[in-house]
Amino acid sequence: MGIRFVLMVNKQGQTRLAQYYEYLTLEERRALEGEIVRKCLARNEHKCSFVEHRNYKIVYRRYASLFFLVGVDDGENELAILEFIHLLVETMDRHFGNVCELDIMFHLEKVHFMLEEMVVNGCIVETSKANILTPVQLLDKTS
Amino acid sequence: MAGSSIMENLFQRTLEDLIKGMRLQLIGESTFISKATEEIRREIKSTDHHTKSTALLKLCYLSAVHGVDMSWACFHVVEVMSSSRFAQKRIGYHAASQSFHDDTPVLLLITNQLRKDLSSANHFEVSLALECLSRIATPDLARDLTPELFNLLSTARVFVRKKAIAVVLRLFDKYPDAVRVCFKRLVENLESSDPQVVTAVIGVFCELAAKDPRSYLPLAPEFYRILVDSKNNWILIKVLKVFAKLAPLEPRLGKRIVEPVCEHMRRSGAKSLVFECVRTVLTSLSGYESAVKLAVEKVRELVDDQDPNLRYLALHVLSVAVPEHLWAVLENKEAVIKSLSDEDSNIKIESLRLLMAMVSESHLADISRVLLNYALKSDPEFCNEILGSILTTCGRNVYEIVDDFDWYVSLLGEMATIPNCQKGEEIETQLVDIGMRVRDARMQLVQVGRDLLIDPALLGNVHLHRILCAAAWVAGEYVEVASNPFELMDALLQPRTSLLPPSIRAVYINAAFKILIFCLDCYLLQNEGTASLDSGNLAGGQSELFSVKNDTEAAELATCEGSKYEQDAGFNPRNTTESFDDLSAENGIERVATHDQTITPTFVEKKNFMHESIVNLLNRIELIFGPLIANQDVDVLERAQNMLSLVLLIKGENDNSFQDVDKKDTRVSAIIKLMRDAFTMELGPVSTSAQGRVAVPDGLVLKENLGDLHAICGDIELPSSSSFSTAGPHLTATSDASSSNPLINEESGALNESTSLIEHRKRHGLYYLPSEKSEIVTDEYPPANDPKSNSNINDEASELVKLTEQSLLLKKRTNQTKPRPVVVKLDDGDVAPISVQRPEPRGDSLSGAIKDVLLGSETGPSMSQSNPYDKSSRKQKEKKKLGTNVQSEMKENVVDAEKPDSENPNSSGKNHGHTRERRHRGKEKIVEGEEHDQRGKKKSGHRHSRRKTHQRAKSPLNVVSQTPEIPDFLL
Repeated sequence: MGIRFVLMVNKQGQTRLAQYYEYLTLEERRALEGEIVRKCLARNEHKCSFVEHRNYKIVYRRYASLFFLVGVDDGENELAILEFIHLLVETMDRHFGNVCELDIMFHLEKVHFMLEEMVVNGCIVETSKANILTPVQLLDKTS
Repeated sequence: MAGSSIMENLFQRTLEDLIKGMRLQLIGESTFISKATEEIRREIKSTDHHTKSTALLKLCYLSAVHGVDMSWACFHVVEVMSSSRFAQKRIGYHAASQSFHDDTPVLLLITNQLRKDLSSANHFEVSLALECLSRIATPDLARDLTPELFNLLSTARVFVRKKAIAVVLRLFDKYPDAVRVCFKRLVENLESSDPQVVTAVIGVFCELAAKDPRSYLPLAPEFYRILVDSKNNWILIKVLKVFAKLAPLEPRLGKRIVEPVCEHMRRSGAKSLVFECVRTVLTSLSGYESAVKLAVEKVRELVDDQDPNLRYLALHVLSVAVPEHLWAVLENKEAVIKSLSDEDSNIKIESLRLLMAMVSESHLADISRVLLNYALKSDPEFCNEILGSILTTCGRNVYEIVDDFDWYVSLLGEMATIPNCQKGEEIETQLVDIGMRVRDARMQLVQVGRDLLIDPALLGNVHLHRILCAAAWVAGEYVEVASNPFELMDALLQPRTSLLPPSIRAVYINAAFKILIFCLDCYLLQNEGTASLDSGNLAGGQSELFSVKNDTEAAELATCEGSKYEQDAGFNPRNTTESFDDLSAENGIERVATHDQTITPTFVEKKNFMHESIVNLLNRIELIFGPLIANQDVDVLERAQNMLSLVLLIKGENDNSFQDVDKKDTRVSAIIKLMRDAFTMELGPVSTSAQGRVAVPDGLVLKENLGDLHAICGDIELPSSSSFSTAGPHLTATSDASSSNPLINEESGALNESTSLIEHRKRHGLYYLPSEKSEIVTDEYPPANDPKSNSNINDEASELVKLTEQSLLLKKRTNQTKPRPVVVKLDDGDVAPISVQRPEPRGDSLSGAIKDVLLGSETGPSMSQSNPYDKSSRKQKEKKKLGTNVQSEMKENVVDAEKPDSENPNSSGKNHGHTRERRHRGKEKIVEGEEHDQRGKKKSGHRHSRRKTHQRAKSPLNVVSQTPEIPDFLL
């Protein structure tokens, strides 16, 4: 499994989205998120975007007030994951228009929907913005 | 009822209301959440689907973002999943994938729902079910839904096919027998023209190959084609990862791929792809010089980049190259050393790792020195990283790269005095270990131990207690090589030892005990022949003592070298206690004279154990250990008691010695000799397997269940495991050092510290040994080893560059002043040698199944649902379908991969018929048939489909024949 989890955390350390591709209990998730957020948020922009934590490698990127953290296996290509994060943000930006933290908060299920299109079982399966957004837009139209 | 549900519906808060409410709440977040959860519990029971699904949506939100438990709602999740409306179904599926796991009881209920949705005509519904299955599939679910996934693997709808491919990974993991059914179709997808499908399938193979690469060697031709043809970076990165796993297993494969990989490296503008190429070359194609050169060139670009990400990755990937291409690191050494002072600690740690990898025997000392200076200036965390890596590098394989142990021991001592040092445990272990293993280092070891013990400032640092513990043990154990046992004794008895945790204090007392025995023994030996112990004729006795040549001790110690001039000179006045100043001065003069004569003076030769000093020592011990009788710690109490008893015994003898000299004297010597003999037996390192070689005594029950014991003494704290293993009866104290809490001790110690210290000084005057430290009168000890602010970090860097430049030559030091001392090594693994161990290929069911499918082996787990006939025909069918990639033939394949297969298409059909005829004749025939088949192998989808249909027609029985609602196999 390449990607193990995707987290979006604001700069106050509050989780805005958490998507895990392996089962962890609620306590484990909370502990993991706490540790990672403490580690990553303390770093400034002059430092590299990769942090090793437990058996994960965390690749993170900050966009305005929101941190995107992706936990991957050790063998994963870090730069590709950074591109993946950027793609996710661009996709959201195209859908919401100037995406901000509030968009993600209030349309969490849509963001989940996009993520589900992009990643299945930890593997990246879709990298085209149009393809990712098709089902989301369809859902919007029908409801 | 209908009315109430409408009312519920009308007044229900939506998720948006909930989120807004959360932002505006004044009652506190947790109260708000528990209120909302209560509300959800009520709403979710509603019969109205909309109300129910909205409630579930809110619960999902609370669970994901605020960690609210939602396992109680699992049954409602199943209900919502079965809704006919897509929006509601989606909520249900999302909730299921978020909260279900292997132990969720309702999993059994959703099999049919999943099956229905997987076979749905609406591909969004299929995609929901797939997404859910990828997260929650259990062995049972995987088994039951394999046929549906098999169908989806070749569906024309790319939207669901790519997802089905990704889900197959989990399917194989949970239910390895699915490989027999699905693997063929998975492989077919490699040839798809749709990049989305290829992205998904190569991702799956990347994961599969990471676990068991050997099984996928037969697929190398397909991967190669993708490597050459694909323009998609996502796909290329994944396929490079696959090759990184496969290439080391098959040398010819490496030869084949090295050129396309280099091509990508040269051409691509995408950093991620270039980096992946570099990594592939350095990990798996390190034998190809030109490729490595190119890769290192690319690394050099990255390592100087502005972007810290690239710098980090470049350093990281360089460490991969170390074992085979040290030159690659050396070429980049300036950047590596510059990174040592990088802002980012991750980059610093990477560069430290690289630097330690560059170290060779010849420059270990210089590099360690510079690193130690870095450590002094770094933040505590990185400081300890540096210390830790020096310790592990030097300690690797029983100090393999250390030549000069005197230097190394002093280095350890120096590390201990670095203010931020928290590596006490490691240093402790190494100090004791070196003591036991390296006889020649003992003198220096005791000297370093003395320096540590003597410094009162160190006693206040909790992190150093372990080191002091080791120093005390070393001082006691190897006191015979000490320059001045009295000085050691003073250090061990100083009042600030009250700051130590009891377990370490116990070691101190034990060490003091050993030193006392040693001193008494020496004294007695000196006095052999002079029967009088009378203090009255001291002056005469003294001159007599000087002339006494102590044969045994001198012989024993003659081997020990080392000049202790300054030290001894510095401590002259302190040899004897104050009241004997005049004597000691006299003493000193004579000793200086001795120095001039002998080049290697040893303590016993030049100094004498005078009656006064011994008596004084005994008095002091009595005075100091008196209060310890009331100590709360059993260890301390017991050892102090032992010590006191001995002192009292000897003093008693002394008092009486005026009357009955001869008799008493012999008794004392007998006791002391006995004790001495008990301590002289040398301790050595203990093999890790030593315990196993001890025969279990008769009547000792080892396998008794001690579970009941826990109930009786559950609250008793077990001592933590020993930090170093030593043989010998008097070492127990060192092993449980960590079980006590040093903090408590320090707290209580801090309270009475100042008063007791002042009082103590008043009473004993010049208690603190080194005369140069006498100016310290305040209780505030300056931190040891203050970092010097004047030295410049850039100087350090350039110095380091110079040093590593020298190590580039990689030549051993020729002008070695002394040979490397003998290091005791046990042949049967006293420490596990550190070597890179390749993970054993997993013999698990998954790779077994894949091998079965790919290589046509007949030994594999059986299909649980098929009868024996089904199974065999099925297996054979799979083999045929795959074009039978026998491993040996794969190599040929690799070579031929690019050539268009020009064989007559008819031949495959012929071959096939051929093999079909022979199918049931026996294994050998089948293999032969496969070889025929191999020649006719072709990659056109056309032929595949043709053969597929052919196969199906010929083998009507299949795995799932018992589930008639899936007709797909037969089509």
